[in-house]
Amino acid sequence: LLRQQEPQQHPWEPGKQTPPPTRSHRLSLPASFAKMATEGLHENETLASLKNEAESLKGKLEEETMFLHDVLFHQVAERVEALGQFVMKTRRTLKGHGNKVLCMDWCKDKRRIVSSSQDGKVIVWDSFTTNKEHAVTMPCTWVMACAYAPSGCAIACGGLDNKCSVYPLTFDKNENMAAKKKSVAMHTNYLSACSFTNSDMQILTASGDGTCALWDVESGQLLQSFHGHGADVLCLDLAPSETGNTFVSGGCDKKAMVWDMRSGQCIQSFETHDSDINSVRYYPSGDAFASGSDDATCRLYDLRADREVAIYSKESIIFGASSVDFSLSGRLLFAGYNDYTINVWDVLKGSRVSILFGHENRVSTLRVSPDGTAFCSGSWDHTLRIWA
Amino acid sequence: PALVLRRRAGAPRAGFSRAGARSRWQTMSTTNNIAQARKLVEQLRIEAGIERIKVSKASSELMNYCEQHARNDPLLVGVPASENPFKDKKPCIIL
Repeated sequence: LLRQQEPQQHPWEPGKQTPPPTRSHRLSLPASFAKMATEGLHENETLASLKNEAESLKGKLEEETMFLHDVLFHQVAERVEALGQFVMKTRRTLKGHGNKVLCMDWCKDKRRIVSSSQDGKVIVWDSFTTNKEHAVTMPCTWVMACAYAPSGCAIACGGLDNKCSVYPLTFDKNENMAAKKKSVAMHTNYLSACSFTNSDMQILTASGDGTCALWDVESGQLLQSFHGHGADVLCLDLAPSETGNTFVSGGCDKKAMVWDMRSGQCIQSFETHDSDINSVRYYPSGDAFASGSDDATCRLYDLRADREVAIYSKESIIFGASSVDFSLSGRLLFAGYNDYTINVWDVLKGSRVSILFGHENRVSTLRVSPDGTAFCSGSWDHTLRIWA
Repeated sequence: PALVLRRRAGAPRAGFSRAGARSRWQTMSTTNNIAQARKLVEQLRIEAGIERIKVSKASSELMNYCEQHARNDPLLVGVPASENPFKDKKPCIIL
């Protein structure tokens, strides 16, 4: 829209349109420079001309940034009513892990939970009753990632074994869960995160080897790999299904990157955190995402403005945020920290609305239930807590 | 222990201009190599071609989404104990 309103002298010829890249609101690249980008620039190209063009483009980008950053995010939210007092308590405590809980995920049935631990155990719980329904021992310690399949019939997990394995869930007492294990993903370093896509057939993984990858569960085939992070990738989140085939990842290179799942391309990249990004989560509309980092802040990035728009921090919060998730409407951001607390942030106003105590060690993982009635936190204190 | 597992690759630490503005190109601009310069220009062209909206518009749309969905957000508005399975006074224990 900006380009159409303000005709400018571009180094390339405007006017010719090529089919747009993945996102529908993207401006189409003019055919002439798209062609040049793929063939390599040879005509009239010298180091000096390239440098001049780079400077000119940088200048235009800076101008545009200033033009678009017309208001502070929280100023726009001033007209919104402030939130009242929140009373959230631990409603259930899930005890049974023998060591640090590292990851958890909800089943779509809004009651079952899978969790994984440093001692190699993966447990499936009924959160209403706190009963354990399944348990499996992995051949490795530090099971850093686990996920529930959309059908509720399987779970995926992995960690220091560098793999992501899928276990079908069976209620047959005679059947050994470990016997039906299927190895799906193979990385060259630890598995840090995994998620099924919108079916049981594909899994997305993130790894300490600096890549993300998409796998076919049945065959174990690598469908797509995502290269671009300069260090370990620690987290990922899939865009809500209505907004298309993208996902966001965060890593030790302090970058959050948004990827096109079909092409493997990085669409957008954000680098404003001062330390490792431990957790990323899409806003429910899919137009933004939040991140939690070792720099003790959480941040909100808007994808269409293509920038960070809010920072959630306080001088008194000096420990890293390990895990973040939104409430159903996106108004609240729940964040678990390494100082054992959970902070609840007003996403629009940028203020903290509540601080929750209860865990006796770092909070390592946090997810809101699929219907938004509660959220679950897992901790290095070996327990999981359900809050509502 | 989790920290021990992470290695920080030698990614250059980019300076930060304005909040939110990406400054990756600042570390790359000192190169004299023509291939690297070409890559930089290609990257900048792609970035310059991206359509972005104003923060005011982006913010108000996020706010509208919140307001539209607020009443269906149990953690935001609260639901009575009878409707929230986690708020039972006595959890059921199946023996």
